[in-house]
Amino acid sequence: MINLHWLYVLAGAIFASFAISSARDGMNPKRWGNTAFWGLLAGSFWFGDLLGDIGNGVLVLALVAIAGMHLLGRSSTKSTTNDEREHFSRRFANRLFLPALIIPFTAFAGTLAFNYTPLKGSGLIDPKSVTLVLLGLGVIIALIVCYAWLRPPVMAPVDEGGRLADSIGWALVVPQMLAALGVIFAAAGVGATIGSIAGSILPHGSVFLAVLLYALGMVVFTMIMGNAFAAFPVMAAAIGVPILIHADGGNPAVIGAVGMLSGFCGTLMTPMAANFNIVPAALLELKNQYGVIKAQIPTALPLLVANIVILYFAAFR
Amino acid sequence: MINYWPLLGVALVVLGFALRFNPLLVVAVAAIVTGLLGHMPFLKVLGTLGHGFNENRYVSISYVVLPVIGLLERFGLQQRARTLIAGIRGATTGRLLIFYLAFRQVVSALGLKDVAGHAQSVRPLVAPMALAAAEKQHGKLDEDTDERVKAMSAATDNVGVFFGEDIFIAIASILLIQGTLAGFGIQLTPFQLSVWAIPTAICAFVIHGIRLLLLDRQLGARGK
Repeated sequence: MINLHWLYVLAGAIFASFAISSARDGMNPKRWGNTAFWGLLAGSFWFGDLLGDIGNGVLVLALVAIAGMHLLGRSSTKSTTNDEREHFSRRFANRLFLPALIIPFTAFAGTLAFNYTPLKGSGLIDPKSVTLVLLGLGVIIALIVCYAWLRPPVMAPVDEGGRLADSIGWALVVPQMLAALGVIFAAAGVGATIGSIAGSILPHGSVFLAVLLYALGMVVFTMIMGNAFAAFPVMAAAIGVPILIHADGGNPAVIGAVGMLSGFCGTLMTPMAANFNIVPAALLELKNQYGVIKAQIPTALPLLVANIVILYFAAFR
Repeated sequence: MINYWPLLGVALVVLGFALRFNPLLVVAVAAIVTGLLGHMPFLKVLGTLGHGFNENRYVSISYVVLPVIGLLERFGLQQRARTLIAGIRGATTGRLLIFYLAFRQVVSALGLKDVAGHAQSVRPLVAPMALAAAEKQHGKLDEDTDERVKAMSAATDNVGVFFGEDIFIAIASILLIQGTLAGFGIQLTPFQLSVWAIPTAICAFVIHGIRLLLLDRQLGARGK
């Protein structure tokens, strides 16, 4: 069965290719730092399950040391110039979009084909990771098409992928690090502590204030953890279930669903949700690393108000 | 007696991000401090950190698209995206991003949130198109405006996926809500929950859509 593990082998190979690209890059004075960083990540994807917990912990500290001591650099000499790109763009015209669309199309059509045909029962692909596995397949097909059609130099995909990876740099592993931090927070009992604080400042007798505290608690805790998934079980246990559902008789479906969505408003406003808020700032080469968050706050706050209104009026009819 | 000391780790994270230290360093230090204050021995903290990192590798999986995107950029994909938008009459940044918002919400609601994203679609296609449309409305963009249009492109992707995905019944967050409430003896089906994601999805589309139209007005006003 093709499962996430196969995708990790592919991802490991791609991170290894970034390491090769960095090692080849004579114009980057910090090229060995980049090589080590991407090489360690490749090792994590290939051998992570064999390293043991302590071994993985040491690997994490090594990644942090490379980033923390500013050993990552980048150069911009590996690609074509703007003029060459304009020329290619005119020559290949709108057909250039086709290889880019192969990836989402493979994931989209493939997932539908898998779920609505007997393939689902065949055990060929792990149903839990169908879309991601097909995304990986789409990347392989797109690479083959690009080689056959555009005839780039053999190492071009390696160097171009490495160029993008270097432009993201350490930000690339922040989301995964934050997920690991969440595991530590849970093990050290941070969630339970925050839940008990939220529960103890609860005003009695006012449904509206309880709804307000529940939604705001979801937002604040999500902003701290970077993830509404970590906040939901805590806020549900502290306020959602005992107060809103049991004591006040609210509709549990509304309180569950809209409570989670209130947390998502928090996700829009926190650097801790790095893959949504920090990585794109790096990918789009924004000057302000918090630029995406700044653009999202004016959507997140009115939407939070809307969620509180929905919670109050739909759950307590 | 509740141990309040691990909350210091939370404070360290907030402080570290506010002072703009390297986020990897901030997170690692906060993780170790929190673990130690939670009475975990150092090796246990290190092992938990390593275990959490290894178990969450799927978070970093979407970067497998980078070689393809980089290769297409080498052959002028961003330039092509700009040319395409420049040739469409009536294309504005706001309308383009509203279209993308709707696309992202609908596709995520069908359970396909991974088909688009910041690496797959925003950097190579959406942001260059939004910039090209802004140049048509506004003339040459100054640095602040350029930055704003790019940031709104990324923001639109996030709003679309966050407030579309929960309409799909088999998404992780719906299953988490179902599982958590089941732990308290409250039985719900994923369908009952996902229906209640629809009002918020509509509000998100309206609120963010209005902001995108306002962006259009600002771009147009400053250009004249």
